[in-house]
Amino acid sequence: MKKHSLTELQKICSQLRRDVLRMVHAVQSGHPGAPLGCAEFFVALYFDQLHHNPDFKMNGQGEDLFFLSNGHLSAGWYSVLARSGYFPVEELKTFRKLNSRLQGHPATHEKLPGIRIASGSLGQGLSVAIGTAQAKKIDQDKGLVYVLLGDGELQEGQVWEAAMYAAHYGMDNVIATVDYNGQQIDGPTEKIMDLKNLKAKWEAFGWEVIETKEGNDLTAVIAGLEKAKSLTGKGKPILNLLYTEMGYGVDFMVGTHKWHGSPPNDDQLALALGQLEETLGDY
Amino acid sequence: MSLDLKYTYTEKKDTRSGFGDGFLEAGRRNPNVVGLCADLIGSLKMGDFQKEFPDRFFQTGIAEANMIGLAAGMALGGKIPFTGTFANFATGRVYDQIRQSIAYSDKNVKICASHAGLTLGEDGATHQILEDLGMMKMLPHMTVINPCDYNQTKAATIAIAEYEGPVYLRFGRPSWPIFTPANQKFEIGKAWKMIDGKDVTIFATGHLVWEAVVAEAMLREEGIHAEVINIHTIKPLDTEAILESVYKTGCAVSAEEHQLNGGLGDSIAQTLIRHHPAPLEYVGVNDSFGESGTPTQLLEKYGLNAENIVKAAKRALTRK
Repeated sequence: MKKHSLTELQKICSQLRRDVLRMVHAVQSGHPGAPLGCAEFFVALYFDQLHHNPDFKMNGQGEDLFFLSNGHLSAGWYSVLARSGYFPVEELKTFRKLNSRLQGHPATHEKLPGIRIASGSLGQGLSVAIGTAQAKKIDQDKGLVYVLLGDGELQEGQVWEAAMYAAHYGMDNVIATVDYNGQQIDGPTEKIMDLKNLKAKWEAFGWEVIETKEGNDLTAVIAGLEKAKSLTGKGKPILNLLYTEMGYGVDFMVGTHKWHGSPPNDDQLALALGQLEETLGDY
Repeated sequence: MSLDLKYTYTEKKDTRSGFGDGFLEAGRRNPNVVGLCADLIGSLKMGDFQKEFPDRFFQTGIAEANMIGLAAGMALGGKIPFTGTFANFATGRVYDQIRQSIAYSDKNVKICASHAGLTLGEDGATHQILEDLGMMKMLPHMTVINPCDYNQTKAATIAIAEYEGPVYLRFGRPSWPIFTPANQKFEIGKAWKMIDGKDVTIFATGHLVWEAVVAEAMLREEGIHAEVINIHTIKPLDTEAILESVYKTGCAVSAEEHQLNGGLGDSIAQTLIRHHPAPLEYVGVNDSFGESGTPTQLLEKYGLNAENIVKAAKRALTRK
């Protein structure tokens, strides 16, 4: 895999944010806030960390795999997949439209390359990721399995069932990242259902926990993922607490739950795109 | 007075043991077959597989939602996972997990469910699920199988391992007559005409196939010749076999250990209404929960035994 410079990666982040905003604007629906906050994570993962093959194979044998458990970040994932070569970039314009492979939430049904499981109903992705990691262990496949979860999503009980299993079975080929933006659709997580001390919770469940405090700084995100990778193979699953800001990159969208599931109007889109350089060419 | 039964038995066994033995055989035939169980290895008879293939078996603890997700993940990694728990926890408890991660995602997972229906017995209504077939047959992509005895359950278990796609396999706890042949070939989606008849067709599934065999003999003593068809696959339904029989007999009875709403009878009614409207009488549980009791007592109280199939057949005949 070609190594990209930091400047190149930053340019991809800017383009990803433009893609996300234009996609949700075009259909006046979707979730812009969280993928804006996870742009650095998506780009660091797909363009720097993941050993993957855009010539897509469902079983992913011999590769690192990524699962998006918080499926409403689909616009961001579709952008990074298209920009990585999984499918044509112009297909992004079909997002959420009739007869599209780019469903509102990720799905395998339309056979979009890069997607291995449907997600959107929250709380299921960690279990799936761990199951695939278990298959890799049976096959003595050294590939790693990454998964992204929302912080609000951690309110789902199944996540903790999966957390317990992973520690019990020593799933040290799993790197789970929590998008710790402190927001969910109805408001700040601490008001809706306080997650309290997440680090202590995951540690108590038997996970190795690292914190990436600057989740919108590419250098820090890459360093966090490198650290996580260095901790694999040591008997414990790894949890990366990624502190991000929802809506990052657009000044009027940052740090609020208001853009969780609301698209910008024409004026807001123009204002937002004015803050984000077009680097790779809009779709 | 003893009945002149067209099928007889010398031994009784639980259908879950047929699953356990079939599962072990499937594991021997294909190294990709793996097992998961949510703290019911003994009840599901998965212990022999676990003993022989410890590296391919995963105790998940009492966490069914996670088990379903794990299975979906293993399936996409190339394994053929069989999940085991009671039918209640295998369906209603994890419906959304099955829907999104298995059915919609088209994952090759075999959801194996024991202790289904009233014949679970003394544990009572909390565990006696009577809605599972309906829930599972509503899911696009899902194949739904409900075999009738030990031998058929074993054959079905081996067959689903060779079939690519999500399957719900339902079986039970009580000791039950073994009246179908050992080492039979199981064809998914192919109804089995067990007894030829001309007056009325009895479509039965699961434990009630045996009751249908008994009912046929009782009806014959009164000069009524019933056809008995074993519908082991609820979905995809063998509509051709159903219609062929009803074209001949002109009326039918459905018999199942399940709610009438959403069960086999509903599927047969749909088929008949579309292609060949004919009288159909239902034997099943009519919009109620079960309760504690022995399997035999419960089947009698809720009207799910041979005597009730006979009554239903006579009702159907009068409506011809």
